[in-house]
Amino acid sequence: MSPLLAIEDLHFARGERPILSGFNLRQAHGEHRLLLGPSGSGKSTLINLVAGLLTPDSGRVLLNGSPMPADAKGRDALRRRDVSIIFQSLRLVSALSLQANLTLAARLSGKPADGIPALLNRLGLQARAQAMPRELSQGEAQRAAIARALITRPALLLADEPTSALDDRNADLVGQLLVEAAAEAGSTLLVATHDARLKAHIQGALRLGA
Amino acid sequence: MIRLALAYLKDRALVTGFSIALIALGVSSLAVLLLVTNQLEQRFARDSAGIDLVVGAKGSPLQLILSSVYHVDTPTGNVPLGSLALLRGDPGVERAVPVALGDSFMGARLVGTSPDFLLIHGAEIATGRMFVATGEVVLGADAARRTRLGLGGTFTGTHGVGDDGSAHDRSPLVVVGLLKPTGTVTDRLILTPVESIWQMHGIAPPEAFHSETTHKDVEHAILDPRDGPQAEITAILVKYRNAMAAMRLPGAINRETALQAASPAVETARLLTLFGAALDGARLFAWLVAITGLMSVFVVLLSAATVREGDMALLRVMGATRAQAAGTVLLEGLLIAGAGTVLGLAAAHLLLALGASTFPTLAAVGVGPWLFHPGEIAIAAAVLGLGALASLMPAARVYRTDLAETLARAT
Repeated sequence: MSPLLAIEDLHFARGERPILSGFNLRQAHGEHRLLLGPSGSGKSTLINLVAGLLTPDSGRVLLNGSPMPADAKGRDALRRRDVSIIFQSLRLVSALSLQANLTLAARLSGKPADGIPALLNRLGLQARAQAMPRELSQGEAQRAAIARALITRPALLLADEPTSALDDRNADLVGQLLVEAAAEAGSTLLVATHDARLKAHIQGALRLGA
Repeated sequence: MIRLALAYLKDRALVTGFSIALIALGVSSLAVLLLVTNQLEQRFARDSAGIDLVVGAKGSPLQLILSSVYHVDTPTGNVPLGSLALLRGDPGVERAVPVALGDSFMGARLVGTSPDFLLIHGAEIATGRMFVATGEVVLGADAARRTRLGLGGTFTGTHGVGDDGSAHDRSPLVVVGLLKPTGTVTDRLILTPVESIWQMHGIAPPEAFHSETTHKDVEHAILDPRDGPQAEITAILVKYRNAMAAMRLPGAINRETALQAASPAVETARLLTLFGAALDGARLFAWLVAITGLMSVFVVLLSAATVREGDMALLRVMGATRAQAAGTVLLEGLLIAGAGTVLGLAAAHLLLALGASTFPTLAAVGVGPWLFHPGEIAIAAAVLGLGALASLMPAARVYRTDLAETLARAT
């Protein structure tokens, strides 16, 4: 059986500066993994390459054995259907309430939105469903981003520094909920971070950079 | 995506409201100008159809036309009854209809005339019959509604065309017929034989006079040696028999008699030309207001496209296509322009309704607030088109955004 995510001999450079050189990764269905490394080591670049937001100079990214579509439309469709991303600070669409954000994500993916109350409940946000993003605390906002990413039940959930801006208590809560909710959604999880606190929740780790 | 566009509009409701208000102001001004000028032109054309020339007392030709054809101004004076017979005797005249003006009832003008007045606007009796005797009246459809008079109803006319004139108590009038609606000025009038007007003013009609009076009768009337006020009429509405009459009659009357001949077509065109310059200025100003509103849409969306680049990037990350993300901005512009247009058009009709109820002259000239004009579609299309144009550059900016670069900045 092919792994959910396979990265083969991936090369990517910004101008003359190589960011990734011959990177390889195989990640099984349902497996959770940390991508550790200092700032500038290429973690975010790798997340963007896997999400189809960047195009590699060479090498391949395969999802369920299928290579990343070469065209923008195919990659848009992939993100709608199979891949969700959580960022450190870009969490929700600012003009929509939390619930409306989740509904939009579900609509874009073409998947049902009926799981929103349960998911918000699971993430402790049921009372904040109608809140606007600016009304949420840092911890709530990051949990809301998890909800937004998981409402589509993606095959692959990518997270880029999901806890770096949070205090210890919130980082612990978000880390725990991220792992549990991804498991419940059946999503494979790849987290790029330099936050060692997440090791308490995700054992599998891969180090990038020096 | 329409919900997202609406959410963005709601998120900055004050700025959105300002843009919508500016566009609505421009659109309503344009629509009011369109509706009023068009309805006036149509109304003028309808009301003066069947009247080639008006003969009345010397004075302002425009005033003569306004008072005798459109019934919105005071008459210039009276003319001798004999002039009616002279015109009726002219081989170039197919029809000469007398009108005696200056009285009213509950705001509806009383017109002393002859039965062939109905021929001018193709009016027909709906119920009852045409007046025959002195003191009998027929009511136009609007006049009947306004005065709430029915067949057999009696009333006394008031001196003057306003509401504050003295009543002619000694000469009651009785309704013998109601006219079908014609869509012309006749609808607003109360028609009665000329003799009724004379009687109301205590003037004895010439012995030989009747509605189809002839030249001979009038010579007799003019030579009537009785003392006291003489029977006169206000104006004569003339229809030519042939084109030669149009060449000959106006000049002859104006040169050779103490009367004045004025052409409704010429005077109406002059009036509309006078109005035209002012209307063009007002129209230009209205477009400036609307375009200012649309420019505010452009500025607001352009700045929003910058402020919102993180949101747009997130939308793309969630799988929205470039076109969907850019379409949100375009949709916002169209929604603002659309809301401004709808509100502006609705406001235009409401303003006209308010104007017609506040200023009787507007209602009198027949400005219908609820009549729709196809030009309104053209205004809406133009404003929506300009709204789309104003949104195009901000939308293109979102479309061209480099997603990875934006994410690198925003995350």
